[in-house]
Amino acid sequence: MRSTRVHAKVRKAKGAYLNHRESFWAGVRAEVPLLIGVFPFGMIYGALALNAGLSKLASQMMSSIVFAGSSQFVTAQLVHDAVPGLVIVLTIAVVNLRHMLYSASLAPYLASLSTSWKAMLSYLLTDEAYAPTIVRYEKEGLTPTAHWFLFGAGLALWSTWQVSTAVGIFFGTAIPASWSLDFALPLTFIAMVVPVLKNRPAIASALSAGIVALVTYSLPYRLGLIVAAIVGIAVGTFLENKTHIEPIEELPIQANLLESLDDPRTNKERK
Amino acid sequence: MNIWLVMLFGGLITFGIRFSFIYLFGRFHIPGTLRKALHYVPPAVLSAIIFPEIFLRNQQLDLSLDNHRLLAGTIAVVVAYFTKNTLVTILAGMLALALLQLFS
Repeated sequence: MRSTRVHAKVRKAKGAYLNHRESFWAGVRAEVPLLIGVFPFGMIYGALALNAGLSKLASQMMSSIVFAGSSQFVTAQLVHDAVPGLVIVLTIAVVNLRHMLYSASLAPYLASLSTSWKAMLSYLLTDEAYAPTIVRYEKEGLTPTAHWFLFGAGLALWSTWQVSTAVGIFFGTAIPASWSLDFALPLTFIAMVVPVLKNRPAIASALSAGIVALVTYSLPYRLGLIVAAIVGIAVGTFLENKTHIEPIEELPIQANLLESLDDPRTNKERK
Repeated sequence: MNIWLVMLFGGLITFGIRFSFIYLFGRFHIPGTLRKALHYVPPAVLSAIIFPEIFLRNQQLDLSLDNHRLLAGTIAVVVAYFTKNTLVTILAGMLALALLQLFS
């Protein structure tokens, strides 16, 4: 690894860039610290999905068909509550809407790729693949092999997510209901939402959405969830426009990951 | 709708969201208000899911001390605030709930 890095530096000095293989492995290496946190998540998902009444096959396949952590947790919960499929699909869309930001943010760096490359990288575009990739791109600028970095990071995450789901499914069968494993779901969301409440618009957005969710809970098909989300988004956006406070820059998970990424990276470069 | 159809449509929509701007880049401008609004999706959606899970018991608002999930959830909020660590938060909340259930 060290020699690769030295080679890369030499070549960069000459005005050349990492070849596609070096760029791919750089992406994989950048993803490793994040995988440590992702693995238990995948296990919890696998166990919860099974607990919610999904079959082993469906629980596993959701990790490759949908491939989006928080929406998979939500889907498991909604299946457990026997919510109609159309509402689940709409909820998945709302929960994953944030990925549109990542898409917009990475688009300039991927503009020259073929449509099939763009499609594959979009499939792999999660919170955890986006975080190290945008850090890299903003530092290195546009290079001819930049897309291999995202491919490496995304594929490392994808593989880990599939394996950890399988492990969770396997152990999930051994966990008794009295352990209240289902409570891990709201706890996961609490852990994700609290760090994002950095300013008044964000706090108001969360509180208004939460209160509307309580008031509208009795609505059929759990439509209250979507009503509450729309109210919360509108309140946050309105207050931000009114107060001109800086918007939230990162998702909580992403912010955590960036912090955990920072140290090893700067250390390496000092050496 | 069958679970496989839910996953198929959910997956296609998720892919479409991720593909959207990467595919359309340079073809149209992202309105500023939409960019701002997208920032509030995580706090709004996640809170809309969390609140009923911890405030409601048997579909009724329960603000009493008997509502173990509310207490454990509050502890988790405090732990999340100070540690900013997802796993520690989950463990703290699960432990709090287990102890509350054990000693009640």
